[in-house]
Amino acid sequence: MSRKTETLAARLREQLGEEFELELGPGIELGITVPAGRLVEIATMLRDAPGLEFGMLVDLAGVDYLTYGMEEWKTLQATASGFSRGVRRGSPPVSPDTPRRFAAVCQLLSLTRNHRLRLRCYAPPGDPPRLPTLTEVWPAADWFEREAFDLFGILFDGHPDLRRILTDYGFIGHPFRKDFPLTGQVEVRYDAEQQRVVYEPVQIEPRTLVPRVIRDDHRYDPAMKD
Amino acid sequence: MAEIRNFTLNFGPQHPAAHGVLRLVLEMDGEVIQKADPHIGLLHRATEKLAESKPYNQSIGYMDRLDYVSMMCNEHAYVLAIERLLGITPPPRAQYIRVMFDEITRILNHLMWLGAHGLDIGAMTMFLYCFREREDLMDCYEAVSGTRMHATYYRPGGVHRDLPLEMPRYQESKFRSKKEVARLNEARSGSLLDFIEDFTARFPACVDEYETLLTDNRIWKQRTVNIGVVAPERAVALGFTGPMLRGSGVEWDLRKKQPYEVYDQLDFDIPVGVNGDCYDRYLVRIEELRQSNRIVRQCVQWLRENPGPISVDNHKVVPPRRVEMKGDMESLIHHFKLYTEGYCVPAGEVYAAVEAPKGEFGCYLVSDGANKPYRVKLRAPGFVHMAALDEMVRGHMLADVVAMIGTIDVVFGEVDR
Repeated sequence: MSRKTETLAARLREQLGEEFELELGPGIELGITVPAGRLVEIATMLRDAPGLEFGMLVDLAGVDYLTYGMEEWKTLQATASGFSRGVRRGSPPVSPDTPRRFAAVCQLLSLTRNHRLRLRCYAPPGDPPRLPTLTEVWPAADWFEREAFDLFGILFDGHPDLRRILTDYGFIGHPFRKDFPLTGQVEVRYDAEQQRVVYEPVQIEPRTLVPRVIRDDHRYDPAMKD
Repeated sequence: MAEIRNFTLNFGPQHPAAHGVLRLVLEMDGEVIQKADPHIGLLHRATEKLAESKPYNQSIGYMDRLDYVSMMCNEHAYVLAIERLLGITPPPRAQYIRVMFDEITRILNHLMWLGAHGLDIGAMTMFLYCFREREDLMDCYEAVSGTRMHATYYRPGGVHRDLPLEMPRYQESKFRSKKEVARLNEARSGSLLDFIEDFTARFPACVDEYETLLTDNRIWKQRTVNIGVVAPERAVALGFTGPMLRGSGVEWDLRKKQPYEVYDQLDFDIPVGVNGDCYDRYLVRIEELRQSNRIVRQCVQWLRENPGPISVDNHKVVPPRRVEMKGDMESLIHHFKLYTEGYCVPAGEVYAAVEAPKGEFGCYLVSDGANKPYRVKLRAPGFVHMAALDEMVRGHMLADVVAMIGTIDVVFGEVDR
């Protein structure tokens, strides 16, 4: 951990107490995970507290942890039977150990102090997932939250104008959820008889070209490193 | 008395000044805009979802297609994120090549912006002038990667190949006479570095030429001065980055403040504006052209003096050379595994940002240890700037919307992703 990160970590502990665990990413990145109930309060504190001064919300990303850590090929089992490559229908394998499915991840930046922080907030279980809005704290959150709503279906309570933003007018579903197929649900074509574009169920078969595999690589095992 | 109502006007999605596919729903009171509601997403290709379904290296080409006028900068953010997760650092020569091409990309982008922005608000000549110089830089892209735009040149661990010792040359045809071909090929007779150096010697005069046409031009000033003023505090709150933020007088540039690659070893200045209007942003970008030119020159000199490897030697990430593959079993296996399965990246998450010509282009990458990213989120500067369009255009005239879209330097490839 560099000295700068240490200073930031110390300041965060000072302001937040020992309640939150600081996550250290590769390089110099710090992250914290906060409960949805305290998100706005903590965000306001991060923006205003002297020494932190996170004046800019650089990015807000929705994440769906449904299939986190799941592989499409179990290499060890499949060596006896061979791999099946190709058409896959139905829902993907669901990760057993992620009770919290949706999260919003903010990247914060302080222009005055020149440091960054990752702020993560899991949506409490429930359908649809709900999170408080950050538009009151950082106006930049407006479109980012619309995007997360559009692509992941996360509802941001208190957002002034929560409409779809990237998908088509009249789109059904939330395309970046892990159980939404890559090929989509509908396709369009021009119908000469009706003289308009019509929507039909998609005909492309969902194929896996390169399967997702997880290799337990000893090079990345922290215990193996010096 | 007649009832007076606000008028709703539809701008785009097919409008030459919309810079792509932007649909703006404008609420007008006479000619004054009360509210603007941008409808984006007409170019949404779900790049992030596609990237999540492919091995890491196969998505580099998608990054070119995001902001399709600053291709290599997008690749840079993505590649940087993978490198940070893998914990590898490319050799210095690769870093210099990347910086040089980042700056060439910046010039490419700013020229495109200057030409289009000029054309939008009535300066036809600019477009022709800018494309003249862009052509030379496109040739650099072509020489190094084989394509004029979508290069896929940066790879995790370095770059795809070393700078070529020969430039592609023009050939005589029924459209190009022998004399003209000789003139065009004059600068192309040496290596790529010779060509770039020749360009950097010519380019400052070209920038002077643009400035002669615009900087003191009365019409240009009438269209840009005091249009779209953004206060510095507001620019920060709205998440502005790049020239949009610097135009408002905030001195912030990732190349200086959070240097990546070798920017900390290069000598350049960061221009900032004063008033935060379209004219100041124009001045900032013009000065960035000159500064980028300066950086490219320094890189050319360093690259001439320091030959060396252009990517790391780790064949778990970078494919082995073709020659080695023919005789070495280990290399063959590495090659096969890399191209069929890719490499697994250790579980974790990272946010890598670069100072792209339009602002901070970031890549938030979540890996669960697989050979494909679990989640890729691309932070496009244009998306944030577009979100602030409503606030910027309120109270302005209809014709100023065009100036405002131009000054944002919006490209829909990255806004819609």
